[in-house]
Amino acid sequence: MPVSRRGFVQRIAAAGVAALVGGKFNRADAETITHSPAILTGTHFDLAIEPHEVDFTGKRRKAIKINGSLPGPTLKWREGDTVTVAVTNHLPEATSIHWHGMRIPAEMDGVPGLSFAGIAPGETFVYRIPVVQNGTYWYHSHHGGQEQIGLLGALVIEPRDKDPIAYDRDYVVLLSDWSDTDPDTLNSNLKKQSDYYNYHKRTAGTFIDDARNKGLRSTVQNRLKWGRTDMTPTDIADVNSSTYIYLMNGNPPDANWTAQFNPGERVRLRFINGSVMTIFDVRIPGLPITVVQADGNCVQPVTVEEFRIGVAETYDVIVQPHEDNAYTIFAQPESRGSYARGTLAPRMGMTAEIPPMDPYPHRTMADMGMGGMAQMKGTKMSGMSSDQMPGMKDMQIGGNSNNSMPEKKGMDMSGMKEGDLSAMSHAHMDRPTEPLNDQLAGMTPFPQPGPRTTRLMPPPSQMMARPTQTREGEVPLHLGPEVVMVAKNTSPRLRDPGDGLDGNGRRVLTYADLRALYRGVDGRPPTREIILHLTGNMERFIWGFDGRKFSQAEPIHLKLGERVRFVLINDTMMEHPMHLHGLWSELENGSGEFAPYKHTLIVKPAERVTYLVSADTPGRWAFHCHLLYHMEWGMFRTVIVS
Amino acid sequence: MRSNLALQLGFAGVLLPSFAAMPACAQAPETPVDAPPATSVDIPTPAPNWPKPVKDNRVLTFVTFDQLEGRTNGPNTSFRWDGQGWIGTDFNKLWIKSEGIVSNGVTSDGDHEFLYDRPIPHVRYLDWQAGARVDIDSGPRRAWLALGVQGLAPYFFNFEPTFYVRDGGRVAGRLQGYYDLYLRQRLILQPQVEMNFYSQPDRARGIGTGLSDIDGGVRVGYQFSRKFAPYIGYVYSGVFGQTATFSRQSGEPTGAHQFVFGIWLWH
Repeated sequence: MPVSRRGFVQRIAAAGVAALVGGKFNRADAETITHSPAILTGTHFDLAIEPHEVDFTGKRRKAIKINGSLPGPTLKWREGDTVTVAVTNHLPEATSIHWHGMRIPAEMDGVPGLSFAGIAPGETFVYRIPVVQNGTYWYHSHHGGQEQIGLLGALVIEPRDKDPIAYDRDYVVLLSDWSDTDPDTLNSNLKKQSDYYNYHKRTAGTFIDDARNKGLRSTVQNRLKWGRTDMTPTDIADVNSSTYIYLMNGNPPDANWTAQFNPGERVRLRFINGSVMTIFDVRIPGLPITVVQADGNCVQPVTVEEFRIGVAETYDVIVQPHEDNAYTIFAQPESRGSYARGTLAPRMGMTAEIPPMDPYPHRTMADMGMGGMAQMKGTKMSGMSSDQMPGMKDMQIGGNSNNSMPEKKGMDMSGMKEGDLSAMSHAHMDRPTEPLNDQLAGMTPFPQPGPRTTRLMPPPSQMMARPTQTREGEVPLHLGPEVVMVAKNTSPRLRDPGDGLDGNGRRVLTYADLRALYRGVDGRPPTREIILHLTGNMERFIWGFDGRKFSQAEPIHLKLGERVRFVLINDTMMEHPMHLHGLWSELENGSGEFAPYKHTLIVKPAERVTYLVSADTPGRWAFHCHLLYHMEWGMFRTVIVS
Repeated sequence: MRSNLALQLGFAGVLLPSFAAMPACAQAPETPVDAPPATSVDIPTPAPNWPKPVKDNRVLTFVTFDQLEGRTNGPNTSFRWDGQGWIGTDFNKLWIKSEGIVSNGVTSDGDHEFLYDRPIPHVRYLDWQAGARVDIDSGPRRAWLALGVQGLAPYFFNFEPTFYVRDGGRVAGRLQGYYDLYLRQRLILQPQVEMNFYSQPDRARGIGTGLSDIDGGVRVGYQFSRKFAPYIGYVYSGVFGQTATFSRQSGEPTGAHQFVFGIWLWH
């Protein structure tokens, strides 16, 4: 890079970073990585987006590389810098780069149609980005299926202040999915036959097995129950290993991407789920995993054996292998079938045992929001014992002094109460907003919580204010052909690790475990609630909010400076990793003022998730499900902050 | 689980001493602020030439053949097709259907429909369809207005009832349905049936009043891919009532049991 290395080092020294990394000054140099994307550092970057051919499976296929690399190079930025990135499009079609999770001016956000026109073939677009945050993020195309064929990469931002996370080694672990079928075909296959890729259907064979194991009567009853709805409990992922292979830093499992360590060293692994349709369950058999950051924001360390990472989420973890052994980094998709795999090893060329894959998960009636019926999964939620939840014993989910949930919402974890229909409202905006004060106005966007940030609190009188509902009435949803069901029973399932992970004998991270390291900066209570149902018609492959897909819907309006609560209710039987561009989503998981700041949140089937948003950055922002083909078929809204 | 907890606390403590040195309370205290004034900014409007961020209403095309098969019972063989396709979006489609049977150079049962298709609100998986049907084969031509329903009924039954009207108040009906029973993930057993009804006889086409014919069978196919699945099966086709009388009068058989082989296709 043309950037002065000396200046970079000087700045590090000035910030006193050297002291913190156990005497190792040159973390980047210490990395010995095979087959990983290049790491680029500095304040100016040139990225060339080019068509390429790749061969992952024995077939040559069209792909996109950035500076000759798939995934693209890892960009290392520094908080406080202003970075310029000149992106040149050598493709025959328009392209874009979106900086996922970054708090940047809207016109730099890289969403064609909202931020800009896109980058035309042959053109260069220069992104100019003031870097006001730190942590692990990523970048990807926001243009059709380009992300599927390689237009993505990792983005690592070093903190200006002392990094509270101590480590000796630092590796990006970027997970992605690859199909030999081009994205347009894949997209239209799903539209024409939504179960195109589901080769885990219930068959005569599974009927016989079930009848043998569970009895004929209950098997027949179960089949009839699901049959009545024309849905199937084996509907886990719309696209899965019947067409995908899974990559780790661009390497198929056999290539065995390897990260080296010396026994005793603390290894920081920055997991990024850069796939387009795949939720991964990650573990490193033999090593406890300490999660220290989620979506770029430090969390109080929590040690687990496994974690689920939704599409577009990031988790930074620390592992500390003491033995001179190799360990497998194992990432199996929720839909199982195949896996991404790499190795942590003291020397190159080592391998460790690859664990067997877990059984194929099945949806339950609880996932359908019909928790009162047989086969209910509610036991899983109410039956969670406190010693499975270290540090969570005293917490009430959703209950907290200054960002309390609206009562009456059925936030009870044992849940399964009859749904409150009147609470199902819809984004509709006219209510009074809490204006921004001068001090805050000068600070937009609000700073990322850190050791030097303060929590801004309104006067006590405003603390008591109750948020207004965004719409009254009982017919909030547009119940057209876009919607096949409305979950009757929804509840937060924050302590539920998710379908396929319950009862596997391992300690699995849940959203209830995430507690920010630093207090949130905005202590104001929300003045409004925006309630959105995540809806879909699986058979027709129509997805949307409140029964409307993007092309049928109006934007959601937020007033600059207001603080709102988003309430997402998942009326479908699939997970949706929801991503709000440009603004933080502060998950209300019972951590109160230490609510974790996220940019992407998995909403489980029949789950009700709430989070707070400070509308501190003006612009047109995208808000969508990060499963690419759900987004492409309608689960997308524009959020206008003005 | 208890040991897990100990492991976790111990591990975190040893591993991350710097966390302990910098507890969250090291942050500056909370800062109360006064009620703030309002702010408002203008957001630039997207230029007209900007693309849509997602294209969820794009036009697709689809073609499928449920029957593309040879039929034989030894001495007699025939070729049968039954296909449909559409072009359009989620809510507006032009739907085209075509079926017919060719035996000994004579085409019969030639039925071709051109329908506008739209989802029925509040009915999850069913569409209504309206348009025209023309009977074009080796017999006299007929034209009908058509109104029908097509889609997935509960319990995964695919069905397709259609009503037809033509001049002179003649009414006809057709009921088609099939069920895909998965024996294995790629091995499918498909019972299928089609029945036709007519309100008035049409001698020139050999059709009588009431239930005129049934064409039904069972096919077993293997999906090499979703788009390509060869199959074999058995089909019974027969005529009934007045139609059977007409058939007998013209010396044609009133029923046939046939072995079939073909491919399911779609694109």
